[in-house]
Amino acid sequence: MGRDASAALPRPSRRRWLPHPVLSAALVLFWLLLQNEFSVGQLLVGLALGVVVPRLTAMLWPAPPRILSYRKALAYVLLVAWDIAIANVAVARLVLFRPLPELRMRWVRVPLDLDAPEAIAAFAATITLTPGTVSCELSVDGRSLLVHCLDAGDADEAANDMKRRYEARLKEIFG
Amino acid sequence: MNVFAEIVVAIFIVVGASFGLVGSWGLLRLPHLMARLHAPTKATTLGVGSVLLASTVFFLATGGGFSVHEVLIVLFLFLTAPVSASFVARAYLRAHGDPAELPRAGEQGWASFAPRAGDVGDYMAASTSRDVRED
Repeated sequence: MGRDASAALPRPSRRRWLPHPVLSAALVLFWLLLQNEFSVGQLLVGLALGVVVPRLTAMLWPAPPRILSYRKALAYVLLVAWDIAIANVAVARLVLFRPLPELRMRWVRVPLDLDAPEAIAAFAATITLTPGTVSCELSVDGRSLLVHCLDAGDADEAANDMKRRYEARLKEIFG
Repeated sequence: MNVFAEIVVAIFIVVGASFGLVGSWGLLRLPHLMARLHAPTKATTLGVGSVLLASTVFFLATGGGFSVHEVLIVLFLFLTAPVSASFVARAYLRAHGDPAELPRAGEQGWASFAPRAGDVGDYMAASTSRDVRED
């Protein structure tokens, strides 16, 4: 996979037949993995899915974002996986040992610097999966994300933590 | 299956079950919906992940070959958990939320409390047309 995706922009005809090459490749791969064994027949079914599904769902992805660096995307996934493991332990301790009145639950507004909908979705999903935070709502102007924190001392600090740790990295991935 | 593999499988199952229990306990103990939403979205992901890891090791050790189904289940779980959590939270906001208790967000506020015409859909449409123009 080229590291600079923008250099290999698909030509219009290719774009019509395979509007999302990465999505198509992922579908073929997932289909084969689901079968847990390789055969030519299953490969053909997978290829058919890889062509049909992206075309049927093309209207949901009118302007697909370009991933600038797959290496950074992979590093991001590993970072989030690690944070999820930590988050589980942290939330388990809160649930088991913290007296309820001492939980500092609060709503936090996270101002967004990202603007691609896909990037915002990735940021929101990350927030939901990680330590004591659930992303709940987007503002009408798309500039803020509403996050519910299970235990946060200071709203601004919590928002800045999320922005530093995740949004900054997503900005480098989605540009 | 040798003893070492049995121990590894047992540890993963016990860890997974513990997190599942903690997640369910949190669901019972925490006071209201938004707090309860935290317990199952976190503790359960590692709980299920751990049990699936045990399953992978078990099939490797008993000669069933490497199975990727478990990896796919974890992947799909992680893709869908945030979506369902967000839906529950938005349903809560629409039914019981009070905009005065939330931090302010721009001039038009949060999408849950906006009139239908100014909903998130319009933001998506606006952002899309902007992206197309950039191309």
